[in-house]
Amino acid sequence: MNKEFFMYLLAMALVTYLVRMIPFTLMRKKIKSVFIKSFLYYVPYAVLSAMTFPYIFYSTGDVITSSVGCAVAFILAYINRPLIEVAIASCVVAFVSGLIF
Amino acid sequence: MKSRYTYLYGLKKGLPIALGYLSVSFGFGITAVGQGLSGIEAILISLTNLTSAGQVAGVSIIAAGGSIIEMILTQLIINIRYCLMGLALTQKLDKSFTTIHRLITSFGITDEVFAVGASEKEHIGTKYMYGLITLPFIGWSLGTALGAFAGEILPASVCSALGIAIYSMFVAIIIPPSKTNRGVLFCVLISALMSCMFYYVPLFKGLSGGFAVIICAVTSSVIMALLKPVREEEEELNE
Repeated sequence: MNKEFFMYLLAMALVTYLVRMIPFTLMRKKIKSVFIKSFLYYVPYAVLSAMTFPYIFYSTGDVITSSVGCAVAFILAYINRPLIEVAIASCVVAFVSGLIF
Repeated sequence: MKSRYTYLYGLKKGLPIALGYLSVSFGFGITAVGQGLSGIEAILISLTNLTSAGQVAGVSIIAAGGSIIEMILTQLIINIRYCLMGLALTQKLDKSFTTIHRLITSFGITDEVFAVGASEKEHIGTKYMYGLITLPFIGWSLGTALGAFAGEILPASVCSALGIAIYSMFVAIIIPPSKTNRGVLFCVLISALMSCMFYYVPLFKGLSGGFAVIICAVTSSVIMALLKPVREEEEELNE
């Protein structure tokens, strides 16, 4: 490990930490604006949706096993099963369907 | 009233995130070593950054011998979404979050940690937050180490099946509120459609993944905040 790598590491880690830390540490007030509150209420769902689609269909490296796993996740999520159960079940089903297809 | 948001509850919520990270960071470990970094270097990056897109971009800059300025700008652009997430998350924190806890736990704000934390129904405390962060941090670092040092330790079929875990978890977070809340449903649909557009339309191919996510999320959230502002009783938190 050399000095050059250390400079890169420092730059990466510092910038990444600061963008997380600054608003999280400094913001102490409750936001009053209905618009901003509504916006912040929707953001997590929007972020997750944008990160999930269409990537979930390629997540196992195979569109068929990914789609089967995705279908299982949809069904279990629809009947309000816990996160961990949905995650593990879809992995298992994707793995098993990989053995079949 | 004793909060149900204990350290153990946080750990439990963090487990699927950690499983997902294990497979994603496994891939990162392999990529980093493939690009000429040592295994120790790859692990150091994961231990200090705890983010996927930024690390992948960072490694390619290191491999290409890019400048520090380029590194800083790239990290800033890819990770600027954490600013927004951190800000949103502050609205969910209870009084246990003193400055020192904020300084420490902010390190662990990832897309997934944020999404799980922000979708809790009540205010969250420091114990829950530390619990939530613990396993994803371990999973991320462990996965990187496994990928960097032992690409063959797991059969490829197992590795690839693990790749869906994180996305299934996202599905499990967004589907239940979409059933009961029209605003969330349309927000999720708009965001998904935009994301697919960025993915499939050749014109947008040059757009980085981090940028695409922020554009989708901001646009769909602004639209729904205007069309369907959240009513007081819906977002009212139990103090």
